[in-house]
Amino acid sequence: MTGYALVDHRHDVVVVGAGGAGLRATLGLAEAGLDTACVTKVFPTRSHTVAAQGGISAALGNMGDDDWRFHFYDTVKGSDWLGDQDAIAYMCREAPAAVIELEHYGLPFSRTEDGRIYQRPFGGMTTHYGKGIAQRTCAAADRTGHAMLHTLYQQSLRHRARFFIEYFAIDLIMEDGACRGVLALDLTSGTLHRFLAQVTVLATGGYGRAYFSCTSAHTCTGDGGGMALRAALPLADMEFVQFHPTGIYGAGCLITEGVRGEGGILRNAAGERFMERYAPNAKDLASRDVVSRAMTIEIREGRGVGPQQDHLHLHLEHLGAEVIAKRLPGIAETAMIFANVDVARAPIPVQPTVHYNMGGIPCNVHGEALTRDGAGERTVPGLMAVGEAACVSVHGANRLGSNSLLDLVVFGRAAAARCAQSLRPGAALPDPAPSAVEPLLDRFDRIRHASGSRPTASLREEMQRAMQRDAAVFRTGATLAEGCAAMQRCHDAFRDLRITDRSLVFNTDLVEALELDNLLGQSLATIHSARNRTESRGAHAREDYPARDDANWMKHSLAWVDATGRVRFDYRPVQLDTMSADVERIPPQVRAY
Amino acid sequence: MVQFRLPADSRYKDRLGRRHPAPGAATRPREFHVYRYDPDSRERPRVDCYELDLDGCGPMVLDALIKIKNEVDPTLTFRRSCREGICGSCAMNIDGVNTLACTQPIAAVTGAVRVFPLPHLPVIKDLVPDLDEFYRQYAAVEPWLQAAAPPPAAGERRQSPADQERIDRPAACILCACCSTACPSFWWNPERFLGPAALLAAYRWIVDTRDGARNERLAALDDAFRLYRCHTIMNCTEACPKDLNPGRAISEIKRRIAEGGD
Repeated sequence: MTGYALVDHRHDVVVVGAGGAGLRATLGLAEAGLDTACVTKVFPTRSHTVAAQGGISAALGNMGDDDWRFHFYDTVKGSDWLGDQDAIAYMCREAPAAVIELEHYGLPFSRTEDGRIYQRPFGGMTTHYGKGIAQRTCAAADRTGHAMLHTLYQQSLRHRARFFIEYFAIDLIMEDGACRGVLALDLTSGTLHRFLAQVTVLATGGYGRAYFSCTSAHTCTGDGGGMALRAALPLADMEFVQFHPTGIYGAGCLITEGVRGEGGILRNAAGERFMERYAPNAKDLASRDVVSRAMTIEIREGRGVGPQQDHLHLHLEHLGAEVIAKRLPGIAETAMIFANVDVARAPIPVQPTVHYNMGGIPCNVHGEALTRDGAGERTVPGLMAVGEAACVSVHGANRLGSNSLLDLVVFGRAAAARCAQSLRPGAALPDPAPSAVEPLLDRFDRIRHASGSRPTASLREEMQRAMQRDAAVFRTGATLAEGCAAMQRCHDAFRDLRITDRSLVFNTDLVEALELDNLLGQSLATIHSARNRTESRGAHAREDYPARDDANWMKHSLAWVDATGRVRFDYRPVQLDTMSADVERIPPQVRAY
Repeated sequence: MVQFRLPADSRYKDRLGRRHPAPGAATRPREFHVYRYDPDSRERPRVDCYELDLDGCGPMVLDALIKIKNEVDPTLTFRRSCREGICGSCAMNIDGVNTLACTQPIAAVTGAVRVFPLPHLPVIKDLVPDLDEFYRQYAAVEPWLQAAAPPPAAGERRQSPADQERIDRPAACILCACCSTACPSFWWNPERFLGPAALLAAYRWIVDTRDGARNERLAALDDAFRLYRCHTIMNCTEACPKDLNPGRAISEIKRRIAEGGD
């Protein structure tokens, strides 16, 4: 017994996370009359959705011919046939209504001359099944995520949603295989809180900070995924980590694909527009995995720029000052601050940088979390996941740019609708057995008093460097084996952790340790899943298995990580059926851009 | 006459607190004087001196703070998230100016880099201020679309590019609180004066052609404290790390009220 006093809260639903998906779910739940608490470790508008730049995809057809079925085709192809076609069809069909809803909420979209939502080209987005270039990505200049997150927060205020801000979720409260709520730490007061709910919705985002160089915020530590693993639940498709082609060299800050959508061009040291060789049709607007691999090959073969020849140049000079000022003002500012580059005069130094996790908590299209056991696949009662934390899977092996903001609102909304339909407001929430909570308190107490020899920052860097080195754009069996061993050492070293700050008020030393534990579990799942998958598909490129292997590997990986760091696998089939009469399935094809 | 009393523990000690010298072989040493306050200790706040080697440190003040936390003193407490100037978490007072630590180059500061929490807010710990009042003032302007008519059955509400341009900059506010906590009127009346950030948010909706509550919004602002505590000092505009202009937005609100709304 650790003797912590717990503050109890009872709500119909508790949402963990207040990014795009968490806020869309929260406001939908509030609208539906369900008593909802949104627990978030940062003030809602600080969530990393705020940093999304380029836009949100939807076949509105405001700037040319478009159809949601083209969007469906592009997303299936972009996923390298690992995406579930029923989920993709649902998302792409819902997209226009979801974007129009955001506009009706007041989102300050950029406009066309006739007053409609402005749309720009984006990687992998085509018309007529690959024949033309689509203008499908709805934009608010180059700060669409900011506009969306603030708009959703404003709507949450309007609906008087209940927020618990700067509360850090520690662990899921599980009883008899069902989720009963979540244990959280109020950072400001240092008190522990037990949130009991009929349903817990994890909207905790990705775990980009498992890597040394990423576009992700410091807070992107995948806390939901870490909690799920400790609750003995699997994570799906963790080997698929997206490298964004254009992170600023060194700083890692994101330069939106919208730059290339507006006409920006990548060039190597010889000044060559090298993407013409790798993707003759789409060129710089090929899918992200394709461009990141091409860049890595250019650098490896000695055609990189700079003294170390280890990055490439993104040119926008030819776009002209007016387009830059109107469509890309944030990029101009970021490039000046972090690369000291005036984009109207000089190129931006860029390199592929970790950006997005296609993997996550396996879910169905309603957001209900899934697991598998001896009896087969089943939903986890009381648990949902949405957004980057989830794996529905609409992104499969590679996400298309501007499909993530769409994922957030479509599935945030779907999860709220499912709760509205299936829950009875005010249903009784009995106390969970003490045995469901005590182990969670013990773990918290152990980490809080950790007095070993490794400060959090040093162990975190060891993990980040191992992941960066061994689970990179290109992988081999040998590097992955080394990575698995390195990650096991990191996992074991967590027992030797040292916390210096012993207070409970705003103890960020403690929070970073809890976040590191979440990152370690997901890093193990990632590198083992990558070693396990002996094929190349989407963002997972194995040099020793360069071909896609549909016969053996057109299936989702499920990875469980136990307390010793051991990883166990099972699989889910890919859903090729669209479950819809109005769109045909896209059978697997060779993926070329 | 305004009463302006400071609580006893709000004044930091005159002399520097703990010193953390740079490692012996430092090639580019630089001092950072950082405000420290531990609510558990019951001690007065102090200013600790950390000497860092700028070789091996990123270029921004946030990079230095993270280096201190990672390598020197894990108890140093501050908020941070995106590290690229869009989330607004790491707003603090650096070299006497409110700004974002993540976009403030160390090289732009001469001498010791003085790092303090945003001014005139209760301090929770070290560089972490209590922003509750700031957030309450933001919510008080009802910063959401209040349309006069339901949206069209199909498609978006139309807005011309010129009309969109009027909301484009004001809507880019990141709620970092640099402006409001630079404003002497907000220092004195944080409960009653909305402050520049909330007024900029109000203005963003007043000039949005899709909004139908302009007159109600103006009427709600027409108050000696909520709006007119602004004395056009313009510290807000000076402080904004996103180059927005809340001072001008406030003047525009005053002008519209003077002209009697629609």
